[in-house]
Amino acid sequence: MAIVGRALLILALVVALYGIAVSLYGAVRRREEWIVSGRRSVYAIAGLVTGAFAILEYAFLTSDFAFATVASHSSTTTPTFYQAAAAWSSQEGSLLLWLWLLSLWSTLVLFGTRRQLRIVAPWATAVLLGFAAFFAALLVFKETPFALLAVAPAEGAGLNPLLRHPSMMIHPPMLYSGYTLFTIPFAFAVGALITRQVGAADWIRATRRFALAAWLFLGIGILLGARWSYSELGWGGYWAWDPVENASLLPWLTGTAFIHSIMIQEKRGMLKIWNVSLVLATGTLAILGTFLVRSGILDSIHAFGASTLGVPFVILIGIMIGGSIGLVVWRREALRSENRLDSLLSREAIFLLNNLVLVAMAFVVFWGTFWPLIAEALTGTRRSLGPPWFDTYTVPLAIVLVLLSGIGPVIAWRKATPANARRNFLLPAVAALGLGGVLAAFGAASRPAALAMFVCGAFVVASVGQEFWRGVGVRRAMTGEGPLRALRSLVARNRRRYGGYLVHVGMALLFVGVAASSAFNNARDVRLTPGQTTRAGGYEFTYAKATSRVSTTKAGELEKISFGAVVDVRRDGEKIVTLRPERGFFPSRDIRGLGPVGRFFEGEATSEVGLQAGIRRDVWTAMTPDIRNLMPTIEEGDRVFAAAAGKLPPELEGQALGQALSGIVRQYIASKPAATFRVITSPLVTWIWLGAIVVFLGGLIALWPGPDAPGRRVSARYAARVAEELGRA
Amino acid sequence: MPPARKRRIRLVVALSAAVLLACALVYTSLLSSSESVTPSDLTAAKAGTSYTLTGKVVDGSVRSTDGGVDFRVRDREGRTSVPVSYNGAVPDPFREGREVIITVRKQGTTFVGERDSLVTKCPSKFTEDATQRASS
Repeated sequence: MAIVGRALLILALVVALYGIAVSLYGAVRRREEWIVSGRRSVYAIAGLVTGAFAILEYAFLTSDFAFATVASHSSTTTPTFYQAAAAWSSQEGSLLLWLWLLSLWSTLVLFGTRRQLRIVAPWATAVLLGFAAFFAALLVFKETPFALLAVAPAEGAGLNPLLRHPSMMIHPPMLYSGYTLFTIPFAFAVGALITRQVGAADWIRATRRFALAAWLFLGIGILLGARWSYSELGWGGYWAWDPVENASLLPWLTGTAFIHSIMIQEKRGMLKIWNVSLVLATGTLAILGTFLVRSGILDSIHAFGASTLGVPFVILIGIMIGGSIGLVVWRREALRSENRLDSLLSREAIFLLNNLVLVAMAFVVFWGTFWPLIAEALTGTRRSLGPPWFDTYTVPLAIVLVLLSGIGPVIAWRKATPANARRNFLLPAVAALGLGGVLAAFGAASRPAALAMFVCGAFVVASVGQEFWRGVGVRRAMTGEGPLRALRSLVARNRRRYGGYLVHVGMALLFVGVAASSAFNNARDVRLTPGQTTRAGGYEFTYAKATSRVSTTKAGELEKISFGAVVDVRRDGEKIVTLRPERGFFPSRDIRGLGPVGRFFEGEATSEVGLQAGIRRDVWTAMTPDIRNLMPTIEEGDRVFAAAAGKLPPELEGQALGQALSGIVRQYIASKPAATFRVITSPLVTWIWLGAIVVFLGGLIALWPGPDAPGRRVSARYAARVAEELGRA
Repeated sequence: MPPARKRRIRLVVALSAAVLLACALVYTSLLSSSESVTPSDLTAAKAGTSYTLTGKVVDGSVRSTDGGVDFRVRDREGRTSVPVSYNGAVPDPFREGREVIITVRKQGTTFVGERDSLVTKCPSKFTEDATQRASS
């Protein structure tokens, strides 16, 4: 099987190189048969890579430990869902996932545009095949997922326990979908620049949906990572400004700017140079994000270790940056705006300002992320920046951004009159300022930045709400429909617009959640023994008693030993909830020099946080047990097992180990052990996840084809057919 | 005002703002950043200065304390190590042999870690194990 997988990847590389050559030849010579052959190369690659990916998945699902990657990332005791997902937890598997998604999305866009964009598409095909060739070459020459072990072990190392979380397993496919989808507008922009078609609306229309899907998938990926961090890692945060986190945020920010400013180009023929630069920058940043995880050039908690992929990625990124700048300079005449900005009080101006804020945010994040390298170049010393520095810049920019997201959708095109501004903004502004006043009276004034964000968030919700209200009112007056039906038909008739509005509301909720949970969070680290109490944010946390247990897999094998606590949470003397945080200790994968009992305390440890999530406030706690008292027992256990080595049959040895661990569990509870707790009360964290769901729904509505789409497709096909028959295609 | 002059003024204002912001960015970056060092760089460390220390946790050096953990950090490639005392929540992936990043200040002969600054490299990222054992 491995040899077939490897052959499929080699074939994919050969087909990609062939496809690049014929697409370029067809594009230059205007030879349709070669262009078609280039496009079919993409379909063929999708088939080949799907085959390779299926073989890898099959190896994981059947626990074929002859595959080195399966042996090091899965085991027979890993649950089936995680066995399937473990395929992309390795460097080589994640690269194969990247290539697979790229080939699928490329196929989708090229199939969808096979009768359109006849001038631009061959060049875009060559670019997409260039990316495919790059990743196929990495998988063939650098990091093959089909490497075999000289001797297959009887059992694999298993998936890292920290990754056994549903959102963590969906997170990589979402991120990679975002990254790979952003290469599609990049490829078509390159094609449009080469062929001087950059002003034409058809390539934008054809790829806009892909840009939106990229934005949505990348955003979901980022938020799933944040959710995993909050609920699985024992630190209680969701964002740490880590270089790899930042790397995923960069293309999302520039992509957000692009999907807004492209509307100006479609409507008014303006900002062409800006849009094409944003598309090219976003595509490059998507590759940069992939590179940062794999290069190890920046100290990140998420970066792959000793990787050899840095140089190829630097070369690719260098080509992308150099090529992009060269193309924009070369085609600067074709990129001139057809219109000028009429007024600073117009939708165009607000969108432009929104773009500037987003690009400024991206620049700040880029600067802070790469500051260690910049500082080393400037001062000779590597220096790094922490979260407070990022917050200094991103907080005010985010406030402005949220405010603009309430103004942009409702302000008039070209020039807003005072009457128009009053009609659209008076009510939302009064509502937002009123809410701000109330919140200030209740103490929010102590955190001015958070208060500003609440006011701006309320403004967005009121402004969009007013827009929906008016739209429904007009529709009801015209058709006599009931309110819900009118709302449904209003959205259905203009999904892009109203989906976009919902996205704005979701983002406002999300930012309000971030502002509240950052500014008004109460956290405390404290060491307690059973019966002791600590306070945080008006809540009392009492460590009622210790808990511990030994867990086994479905097959009956010892999986982990957990030490936990029962924590009663009270407010004003009234019991609110009982939380049960615990810390699970998995046996070490590396058994050299470790006894069978000691193995359980030298492996991975994972926190199960105690969380009561609420619409108003989250109460969160994690604990680290003090197991120092158990160490003599653990060492004694290892000595006993060492003395009995080879004298007991394996099944009895397993039973004895189970009994030994059960004894440790009982001893732990009896000793009334101390534990270090982190307790956090944090308002509105749930709003972040609710906001994300609203963004997701809004994004889906905006992406969903409108009722007029089939009609447009028929017209496009008809136009292509006529052009073909007239010999102009 | 003639449109050309208006455009020139706008350009000058925009460029001046950009230059000012860039200067602010560089200034605050220099002011707020801490030096990234390895254990061998810390031989000449000054007391009270903040450093971002990167290295690997020395095998057998981890000792639990009442509020956190004491351990030694060594160079990625090398044997030079320094003692670190840390109070606060210990990240789940923290263990011996793993790469950590921590903000420290020198106090006497020990480097005291700043609360919540201890991060451990995500252990999900492997490259060496599989390939070294593989017979491609």
